Amino acid sequence: MGGYGDVQMLNEDGTRMDGRRPDELRKIEIEVGVVPVADGSARVKWGSNIAIAAVYGPMEAHPRKISRQDRCVLDVRYNMAPFSVTDRIRPGFNRRSREISKVTANALESVVQLELYPRSKIRVEIEIMCAEAGTRCVGLTAASVALADAGIPMTDMVVSVASGKVNGVVILDLNKEEDNYGDADLPMGILPNTGELVFLQMDGDLSPEDFQKAWDYNMGAASEIHEIMVAALAARYGGDD
Amino acid sequence: MGDSGDVGRLVIPGDSLGEIGERRAGHGVLRRNGELIVTRLGHLQEKAGELSVHPVHTTYTPRPGDLIVGYVEGMRSNIWFIDIGGPFNAILPMSLAAGKVDFGATREYMNVGSAVLCRVQEVDENHGAVVTMKGMGLRKLNSGFVDRVPPHLLSRVVGVEGRMLKSIKEASDCRMVVGQNGRIWIEGDASGTRLARAALSVIRESGHRPDLESRVSGILEA
Repeated sequence: MGGYGDVQMLNEDGTRMDGRRPDELRKIEIEVGVVPVADGSARVKWGSNIAIAAVYGPMEAHPRKISRQDRCVLDVRYNMAPFSVTDRIRPGFNRRSREISKVTANALESVVQLELYPRSKIRVEIEIMCAEAGTRCVGLTAASVALADAGIPMTDMVVSVASGKVNGVVILDLNKEEDNYGDADLPMGILPNTGELVFLQMDGDLSPEDFQKAWDYNMGAASEIHEIMVAALAARYGGDD
Repeated sequence: MGDSGDVGRLVIPGDSLGEIGERRAGHGVLRRNGELIVTRLGHLQEKAGELSVHPVHTTYTPRPGDLIVGYVEGMRSNIWFIDIGGPFNAILPMSLAAGKVDFGATREYMNVGSAVLCRVQEVDENHGAVVTMKGMGLRKLNSGFVDRVPPHLLSRVVGVEGRMLKSIKEASDCRMVVGQNGRIWIEGDASGTRLARAALSVIRESGHRPDLESRVSGILEA
């Protein structure tokens, strides 16, 4: 990042290469209950990103050494399918997926009421089927919906979204080109009901003013995404009927 | 939010139910900063001033006296570890098996994967459960099929005064035992078992719908 500042990615009228305004999200679709054998599951289509999250448990923690006497353990596994990107990804864990699994687990641990299931484990599997920038945000959002679907007690949902900077302009929800050739990227995990922050990473440089603007974009988008999550859960469970 | 008009509404973790006031927090509801907050996905209920959530999905939590179907997950010389479908495995001591078992012969009596109809004897404060096979009808399940229905839908499987279960049993001509952990043992001929499983599948899919009875009877009469 930051090394391709001469690549022009904004149109003269201020819109982006894909026609979106700087503060506009990609199209998001969420479907709940897509993995029938799992206790809870969700598929999130976010632009061209497709993530499937499945939740199993609470269950007996194996291996025993990972169990904790006073709380449940969240075993999160983020994985990209080999065919999810144009260059084939070697199957299995790598440094990047370990990092994302860990930050996702940390974000979810702050809302899941782990103390209700001591000595047990909740397995969260996130599979990225198609990747086009921002998969950690898509994965975390999908995992949050899947956890709710599995009936896991949580104090809030987690919404994740990223903003960044391209050609000196702060933009919301970067696509692949903007992510690759932009100046900065700021993914955040937000609790939509309280506005609390449970996850924040930053790649590249942002001035305090730009950071504030990216922050505001993310906070504004969080409530928009939360509404889509609520609608998806209501569509599955019949809403008010 | 939070007035009686909200009862029955689908609530999502994190939803605020307004100020606490005179109301109390029940299952799936939390008090935070003077407000009632929903912690589980489900439908809102109010009973005697207590707000609670009827969840759309639950895990089985063992209670003493529950009749359950478990699977043997492992064993030592004098004990079996039983998967009861909950967050924690239960133990079945050799002394609580249905017949006499010699020390060291647990594997000959029941091996890994065996299904067993048992009853929860006790649950300690660490959620550790002990199950027993001493009791009428409790045994190792050597025949039949074990199907699964989420524990919160068991009341729909049984129905009002047991009518739903009775109609499935009669239409399929199968013996059925409903375990409190959501595992249901079915024994009968192939077509009967298939019919009973089809009915359970409808309950799994549409258990939260008000027209469940007509959907199930549609399957049973087809």
